[in-house]
Amino acid sequence: MTLLIEGLSHRFGQTEVLTNIELRLSAGEAVALVGPSGCGKTTLLNLIAGLLRPSAGRIENGYPATSYLFQQPCLLPWQTALDNIALGLKARGMPRRERQTRARGLGHQLGLTDADLKKYPSALSGGMKSRVALARAWALEPELLLLDEPFSALDVGLKAELYNLLLDQLMARGTSLLLVTHDLMEAVRLADRLLMMAPCPGRIVGEFKLERPRLARDEMWVYQATARFMQAPEVRAGFGLPPSGQDCAEHLGASSQAPADMVAAASWR
Amino acid sequence: MRASITPLPDKGPRAWLTYLWRGGRAALGLLIFLALWDWGSRFYSELILPSPWVTFTTLVGLLAEGNGWSELAATARRALAGFALSLVVGSALGLLAGLSVTAKLMSRPVITLLLGTPPIAWLVLAVLWFGAGDATPVFTVFIVTFPIIFVAALQGAHTLDGQLRNLARAYRLPASMILIDIYLPHVVSYLFPAWVVALAMSWKVAVMAELLATADGVGAALAVSRSHLDTAATMAWIVAVVCLLLLVEYLLLDPLKRKLESWRTA
Repeated sequence: MTLLIEGLSHRFGQTEVLTNIELRLSAGEAVALVGPSGCGKTTLLNLIAGLLRPSAGRIENGYPATSYLFQQPCLLPWQTALDNIALGLKARGMPRRERQTRARGLGHQLGLTDADLKKYPSALSGGMKSRVALARAWALEPELLLLDEPFSALDVGLKAELYNLLLDQLMARGTSLLLVTHDLMEAVRLADRLLMMAPCPGRIVGEFKLERPRLARDEMWVYQATARFMQAPEVRAGFGLPPSGQDCAEHLGASSQAPADMVAAASWR
Repeated sequence: MRASITPLPDKGPRAWLTYLWRGGRAALGLLIFLALWDWGSRFYSELILPSPWVTFTTLVGLLAEGNGWSELAATARRALAGFALSLVVGSALGLLAGLSVTAKLMSRPVITLLLGTPPIAWLVLAVLWFGAGDATPVFTVFIVTFPIIFVAALQGAHTLDGQLRNLARAYRLPASMILIDIYLPHVVSYLFPAWVVALAMSWKVAVMAELLATADGVGAALAVSRSHLDTAATMAWIVAVVCLLLLVEYLLLDPLKRKLESWRTA
């Protein structure tokens, strides 16, 4: 099971939005595509999910089941939370009773009560909607999960809770993850490999490996690794930040008891 | 249209009182209208403006002794048949046209043409094509109400959130689910107001068609009362048709709307 992308380019009309993308995602791996808004991250996910057809290049998705968690929860407003979770199961032709039982179980795992599951999306809070969307993606038991910064509108506490729920499930099933985000902390928390993208046209400019296991990363480690990552010239250039001052780099280098596995390997393209 | 929805009371006597109070205010509007009508009728002879009392007793007389019920049934049959036809055909074709930009652009001038043609002109054509039978009023009702429903369905299908389309593709929904779970619930909120307008128009057009084209029905009865200069009977028929329209709208369409759109108020 691999996702293989070779020489992928995409254009909207005359504008080239993605150029020469190469990516390989093996089973159980978690990769984050990081970059500023408008660098073609979402377009790349849409291409992988089959919502768009690439202008050039090849996408080979060898995973039997792929789920896509959008930037917005994107629930059907006229269906209850329970029916929204069961949407993908219904599309697979699962009988009503069975898919509702499955959806209810998933909802409970993600902290939704029976009362919440009976509500329509208009009566749910932002955090509840995100849980429903996550449960809907998870119901398909995907081998590959595509995430488009789905929790970016939530507060820190809710984000942390949902990351933990997500990580537990990813690890339990060995699901591969392809995450797209402009939030560096989110990427450092969830991914084994970070790919830095730059805009106009969207392309991959750098690759970083994080060797500490995902479940062993505590808050402090995430902060420090993010700070180090922020100092990389590719990252600063990609986000349009001024090159980091010598002082700042020295200060970080001196004060951090940086573990060796923080950003263990960095290879550049 | 949406603003006029009165949510059904949940439970408890308090909720029922609120509901009755709302209904009471609607009835008050009707009573003021009747009072003005009665007041106006004092200044004119019965030939010009008969009072509400005279009108209602005439109506009761028509229903009790004459052939009132059968005339009303004939008109209802024609109006509802034409309405049902344009409801099914207009909703389905409009939905399909909304899916394609080409179909939307192609249908636009045709719809303008249909909307711009006066109903009376359709009636003349229908009499020439179908003669003096049920087909003439049914066709006229259909051709007049069809574009209203068609445009609403087209707008509904066209305005569906692009994200929901992506959702449908990413989660591989089959065509039947895309129609029933994605498009129809969205389009219904566009269709319903159009259905209500089209239904009201169906009665008007059916009566007009009967006046010129058929030997029975409320329209034909109106033609008779006109030739007898019987203003009270004319008013009585008008009241009867309006009551029928109100019945269908409040007993059929309104509860249906509440049920289909319960997710909005929830």
